[in-house]
Amino acid sequence: MAAAHVNPTRMELTQLKRKLGTAMRGHKLLKDKRDELMRQFLDLVRENKVLRERVEQGIQSANKNFVLARAVMSDETLKTAFLAPKQEVFLETDVKNVMSVEIPQFHYKTRTSDANDIYSYGFAFTSADLDDAVKSLADILPDMLKLAECEKACQMMATEIEKTRRRVNALEHVMIPEMQENIRYITMKLDENERSTQVRLMKVKDMMLEQTHHYSSRYDRQAARDEAVQES
Amino acid sequence: MYKIAVMGDYDSIYGFAALGLDIVPVAEPFDPEAAGRKLREMAGKDYAVIYITESLAAVLEEEIDSYRMEKLPAIIPIPGVSGNNGMGIKMVKKSVEQAVGTDIVFQDKNRR
Repeated sequence: MAAAHVNPTRMELTQLKRKLGTAMRGHKLLKDKRDELMRQFLDLVRENKVLRERVEQGIQSANKNFVLARAVMSDETLKTAFLAPKQEVFLETDVKNVMSVEIPQFHYKTRTSDANDIYSYGFAFTSADLDDAVKSLADILPDMLKLAECEKACQMMATEIEKTRRRVNALEHVMIPEMQENIRYITMKLDENERSTQVRLMKVKDMMLEQTHHYSSRYDRQAARDEAVQES
Repeated sequence: MYKIAVMGDYDSIYGFAALGLDIVPVAEPFDPEAAGRKLREMAGKDYAVIYITESLAAVLEEEIDSYRMEKLPAIIPIPGVSGNNGMGIKMVKKSVEQAVGTDIVFQDKNRR
């Protein structure tokens, strides 16, 4: 595998072992992070679903009211009624940190505190249905904001989970096996080197002894002498 | 200080003007290019939340997806007068699929 391009040295081995330790720890931590993210994500997504259903229903019924209001009013009066809104909505954002995912939180503020400022028109020329319609829409606005917050959080967490999962898998199936393989390769290579040194030393020792004591020639002479004795 | 915008066909969104949200009408039939340009322009300004009618969201799906990873703005599909085309739920489903790999929250709905 990747063993082809590692240096079989002791230094490389210690380095690899240290790296493997870090990778294992990182893998465990990331796995924990992924599990916790997933748990929170599922809670959030269920909440998101409930909110979305509620908001969709609310907007649909508000739209029905608007259609009713429109039926009894001319387009011009309707447009004039909404031409200059009295109320304004501002948002302040906070950041909430959930497992290192920075989720925005919205707090909304209205320009005026009077709840009746949503009616930006005189009541004389508009139908009462319009008031109902505007009121029903105003009622679901807080839910809509909550939905926005929740949905954004879901989207960001989904991205984070995907990222974390990729990292966990990369560590588990690529990095860690590769490092283990390399470590095995280096240990084998070092062992092999040691054995070959041992053998070489033994051989050298033999040769040196031979040089000083001339064992082989001595044996030869002994053998010749023995032969002579047997013959006589 | 951030603002909220509502985007879509005029009939679906004019009511939000009374509440103090900024309305951005897009003429029907939707032109994906012009609407996309408008959305990008608004995302660049200080809008924290952009509500978008589902019928328009269906046209701008790719554009909306590109804002998924961004912290702001949050682009949220809402039903318009023409009704609900499932775009909103589809977006949530997409998140689930991205995170879990398969849809485990809405699957009973598909079976029905």
